[in-house]
Amino acid sequence: MTPQILARAREAEQDRQSRLRDRILCCTVAGCLSSGAGAVRRSLEQEVERQGLGGAVEIAGTGCMGLCGDGPLIRSSKRDLIYSKVAPGHAPAVIAGAHPAMTADHPFYKGQRRLVLANSGRADPERIRDYIAAGGYEALLQAVTRMTPDEIISVIRRSGLRGRGGAGYPAGLKWELVARQKSPVKYVVCNADEGDPGAFMNRSVLEGDPHRVLEGMVIAGRAVGAQQGFIYARGESPLAIERLQTAIGQARNERLCGERIFDTSFNFRIDLRIGAGAYVCGEETALIASIEGGRGQPRPRPPYPPESGLWGAPTLINNVETFANVPAIVANGAEWFSKIGAPASPGTKIFALAGRVARTGLVEVPVGTSLQTIIEDIGGGVPEGYEFKAAQTGGPAGGCIPASALGVPMDYDSLPAIGTMMGSGGLIVMDSSTCMVDIARFFMEFCMEESCGKCVPCRAGTVQMHSILERITRGEGDPRDIARLMELADLLQNTSACGLGIAAPNPVISTLRYFREEYESHIHARRCPAARCRMHGEAAA
Amino acid sequence: MIPASGNEDERLKALDAVMAGHHYSGHALIEVLHAAQKEWGYLTSGLMRHIARKLRLPPSRVLGVATFYHLFRFTSPAPHEAVVCMGTACYVQGAANLLDSARRACARNGWAVTTGRCVGSCGLAPVAVCDGAAMSRATPAALSAEMERKYDAANPGPRARG
Repeated sequence: MTPQILARAREAEQDRQSRLRDRILCCTVAGCLSSGAGAVRRSLEQEVERQGLGGAVEIAGTGCMGLCGDGPLIRSSKRDLIYSKVAPGHAPAVIAGAHPAMTADHPFYKGQRRLVLANSGRADPERIRDYIAAGGYEALLQAVTRMTPDEIISVIRRSGLRGRGGAGYPAGLKWELVARQKSPVKYVVCNADEGDPGAFMNRSVLEGDPHRVLEGMVIAGRAVGAQQGFIYARGESPLAIERLQTAIGQARNERLCGERIFDTSFNFRIDLRIGAGAYVCGEETALIASIEGGRGQPRPRPPYPPESGLWGAPTLINNVETFANVPAIVANGAEWFSKIGAPASPGTKIFALAGRVARTGLVEVPVGTSLQTIIEDIGGGVPEGYEFKAAQTGGPAGGCIPASALGVPMDYDSLPAIGTMMGSGGLIVMDSSTCMVDIARFFMEFCMEESCGKCVPCRAGTVQMHSILERITRGEGDPRDIARLMELADLLQNTSACGLGIAAPNPVISTLRYFREEYESHIHARRCPAARCRMHGEAAA
Repeated sequence: MIPASGNEDERLKALDAVMAGHHYSGHALIEVLHAAQKEWGYLTSGLMRHIARKLRLPPSRVLGVATFYHLFRFTSPAPHEAVVCMGTACYVQGAANLLDSARRACARNGWAVTTGRCVGSCGLAPVAVCDGAAMSRATPAALSAEMERKYDAANPGPRARG
């Protein structure tokens, strides 16, 4: 691939698409596939064939359009309309444009700003030409042929991009740390081990726009001086793995990764590593151990991976969404990016909105958007007849946000102030039918099962905390149990070896902070206010 | 040592190709275990010894790594498998009830019911996966019916139930 060929490929594909009478894009991501998108796509293809429209109307796949709860979703690119809940029988009406559609001012889309998900709903993730037609690999061209590594790092640093994996560490600083190391071998690792139960942002980005992540990684490789990248993907996401394999193969064929990228001396190879189901592997040192082929057990830091990571070499580890932000920042400049979202944490954040809310799915909003806007305006509020109780962010490492804090801006600084965290973007809405003690027990069970067993506080502490929580939800709690939970929480937070154990008590601390009366009701009155827990002696429901 | 089967040689050849592709590097152990499980359905101690020998790793290392990760299995899979997603969204929407009823229903047919980590369809919670096909907004009744239907489709003729 040379600059001229990239420009020609883009123009040719844009021209081809503009000459079509319509291009109908079917969501081909996990959510819509499980509500029957595959059959809808086949029926559309058959209908095009039947009407003899081949060549005029094209049916293609695309990434997540967001409103997964109303899937399968189909988009007509010429009419710029999204059709929801499409069944195979609707094919003729969809092709004729006679099917009822969502308009652009649909409340679900109004408050959103789609940067990372820009191509989802517009481009086919299995065709590199679609990505190129949408301006893809332009940023890489710029980074490789017109920018020095220092200039790339400076753009990322000035943009204010913070790591999207959860902690929000400034990406530019991390890149600079790795770039500064004097080592002939360095690595770039994409952490795609999205293990929080109730989070599917990274998976949707990989399934819906894999080239964006690859492009971000290659740019990072150029910036920090690495020649090898790894993507550590979850074994539980076979579709994301398949799409990545396809994309890596295409990028390699076009010489957009691999050897002599854009005919320069810059080489960057990307390999895929598949996890095998261990939540702790999202922790960076455990992830490194797993890529090296070992048990995914964390090791103490420092040294941090930018100094000593994979096989002891300096290693840059960023999350999928962080890399996916990079191409647009390089292409549009740091100033453009820093004006979006909150001043201290610019850009957008993708949330997986789920649980007890009317409209569920993938939501991308400027960082700092209030929780209320996300749940009520975009999500349509909790189902009728129920009352909003809390929203859970940050998965098993996070906490809950009660109704009194609904106005909180969703950013990296406001959430810790109220006892939770941004996390990777899972956002679960709970209403009066959810028992908060049971939710705390649920997360503790998760951490107990996922503890790697290396350090005692986490291995034994999660078991103890879980058994107390289980006792309380069975209606056999002891008045001293709350104090015991707090004591154990303190122990885990201060003595565990890695983030899993340190964060495991968070849901308990957070629910105790805002919903202590629910614990007390279970313990003293032997009653579950949400009528979720089956109390000892009660008849089976 | 390795489970007997008609095309055992082909499976071994496929596994060997994967190991060769990674230059028999011990770093590729997890990839190799994935490949072995894909061919055989589960990992036997004979198979793990074979891998240890080829990758020049101590058998304890192979066993240690294999047992660390949830996705590797050491017994043959049941003929039918239902996985109830235990992601937070599914749990909040009643996955525990779904699991209870599926466990009761599976006592009849040849189903194994397990729980799974988030399958990524949180917008359609609760989700169950029956023999690889995802069911969105599953109810206990719909899940039991689907399990029966799949069982009947795979076992035509008079029903033999315990």
